[in-house]
Amino acid sequence: MTGPLNWLPRTIILVLLALVIFGPLTNLLIWAVAEQWYYPHKLPVTYGFKYWAEVFKPTGNAMLSLWTSLLIAVLTVLACLAVSIPAGYALARRSLPWRALIMLAFLLPQAFPSVPIYINIARIFYGYGLNGTITGVVLVHTTHGLVFSVWIATAAFAAVDRELEEAARSIGASPLRSFFTVTLPLAAPGIMASAIFVFLESLDEFTGTFFVGVPDVTTLPLLLFNASMEGNYQIASITALILLVPSVGFMLFIERFLKADVLGKVGA
Amino acid sequence: MRESRFVSLLLVAPALAILLVFFATPLGYSLVTAFVAKDGALTTANFVKAFEFYSTDIWFTVVIVGLSTVLIAVIAVAIGGYLVLGDSARAVAILKWLYRWPLFIPFIVAGQMMRSFLAKNGLMNNTFVSLGLLDPLQTTSFLDWQGLIITFVWKQTPFVALLVAGAMASLDPSTIEAARNLGAKRLRILIEIIVPQVRRTLVVGLILSFVAMMSVLSVPLMISGESPTMITVDMAFRINFYGDYGVANALGFTSYLITAAAAWFYLRQGVREGAEP
Repeated sequence: MTGPLNWLPRTIILVLLALVIFGPLTNLLIWAVAEQWYYPHKLPVTYGFKYWAEVFKPTGNAMLSLWTSLLIAVLTVLACLAVSIPAGYALARRSLPWRALIMLAFLLPQAFPSVPIYINIARIFYGYGLNGTITGVVLVHTTHGLVFSVWIATAAFAAVDRELEEAARSIGASPLRSFFTVTLPLAAPGIMASAIFVFLESLDEFTGTFFVGVPDVTTLPLLLFNASMEGNYQIASITALILLVPSVGFMLFIERFLKADVLGKVGA
Repeated sequence: MRESRFVSLLLVAPALAILLVFFATPLGYSLVTAFVAKDGALTTANFVKAFEFYSTDIWFTVVIVGLSTVLIAVIAVAIGGYLVLGDSARAVAILKWLYRWPLFIPFIVAGQMMRSFLAKNGLMNNTFVSLGLLDPLQTTSFLDWQGLIITFVWKQTPFVALLVAGAMASLDPSTIEAARNLGAKRLRILIEIIVPQVRRTLVVGLILSFVAMMSVLSVPLMISGESPTMITVDMAFRINFYGDYGVANALGFTSYLITAAAAWFYLRQGVREGAEP
C-alpha cells in the first residue's frame, strides 16, 4: 500500500475541499473591502473601508439593525431559559408521565417545514397587533429555540451527580435551596451552552422575522437580504461578516462549553 | 419521599404552552386553511390552483432537495469514514478542522457568499479563467438549480458529517480491526461494516437536513428567484402579492407531504437494511 506518492491523492482532495469551503468565504471577504468592482476586472478596482464607515455609522440603519438583533436575541435567550430550566429539571430528575412524548414535542418545530407555520403565525399575530413588534419576533424565535434550550438543559441536569444533591438535602437544605446552591451551579456550563445556541439561532433567523417582523423590525439578516437584493454587495458582505463572527467563534469554542458528558445525554 | 407528578407537569407546562400556542395553533391553521375557500366552505380548489400554477416548482423542489440529500449523505459518510479509517494522522486532523466550517454559518450568509461566488463573473469563474481552465466567453452563472444544490450541500454536509462521525467514533473498534486483519479494503469496511451500524444516526441527520432545506426561504430567493424556483418562494409570493392564504397553505400542506414521504422513505430504508444480517 505504501508507495512514494501515497500521500498525493489525499493531499489533492484536502486542498480541493479547502478551496470549496474557503472560496465562497474569500469572495465575501473581498466584497467587504471592495469599493469598486465591476466587469471585466477579476479583482476589485479600488479597495477601502468606505462601506464599513457607512455600516458602523452610529445613526445608520445597520447599527439600528444590530441593536435590534441583539435585543431580540437576548430577550429570546431569557424567555427560553425561563421556561427551559424548570422543564429541563423536571424532564431530567422528576418522574413525569409521557416523558418521551414531551421530549419529542419540542423537536416538532424543527421537523415541519417552517414557511407555512410562519405565514399562519403572522396571520394570527396580525389580529393581536403583534406583527412588526419585537415581542412578536421574540415569541417566534423562542418557539424555534426551545428544542435546544430544553434538550440541552435536560442533558445538563441529567449529568449532575445525584449524590451531591442528596448530600445537600441530608444536611438539612430544602429542595429549593439544594436546587439553587448545588444543582443549578453544576448544570450552569451546559445551560450556558444552550443559551449560546438559542442566541445564535435567534441572531441568524430569517424566515420568521421576514413574515412576522415586517415592516418595522429589521434585524441584521433582513438588512443583509435587502442589501443583497438591491445589489449592494458591500453592505451585504459586511453585514454577513458581523453575523459570522459569533457563529465561527462558537464553532471553535463549542467543546469548551458543551462537555462530552452533557453532549452524550442530549436528546436522551 | 414520593414526589408529585402534578408538580413535574407544572414545571414543564410553560414550555409546552409556548409550543401549543405558537407552533401547534399555526400548524392547525395551515392544515385547515389549505382546504377552505374564501367564503369558508370546504374545498379542494386551493390544491387544484396550486398544482396548476406551481407543479413545475413542486417537482423542482423535490428534485433539488432530494438530490442534495443524496449528495450530503455520500460526502458526510466519506468524511466520517476517513476520520475513522484514515491512516495519516495529519490528514485526519486537517480534515477534522476543515469540514466543520460551514456548520454554524447561517443560511442567509451562505446564500450571500454563493450569490457572489457562483455568479457569471464571480470569484469561481474568475479563478477558472485566470488559470486558463475556462475561456472568458464560456463562463456561465451557476445561480440556478446548480447553485441551490451547491449551497445546500455546502451548508448541510458538516451537520450530518458531525453526527455520523460521532456515531462512527463510538463504534466497537474490534470488528473494524478484525476486518482489516482479514485484508478488507477500507471502502469495503466503510460500506459493509461501519455504515450499517450508524444508519440510524445518518437517517436522523438526513431527515433534519431535508426539513431544513424545505424550510429555508432566503437561499432560493437569493440564488434562484426566477422560475423555476422552490415552493417556499411561491408561498411567500402568494402571501405578499395576493394575500392568498388558501393557495399558500395548499403549497404548505404539499411541503409537509413531501417531507413526510421523505421521512417515511428514509426510515423504512433504515429499518429494512439495518435488519439484514
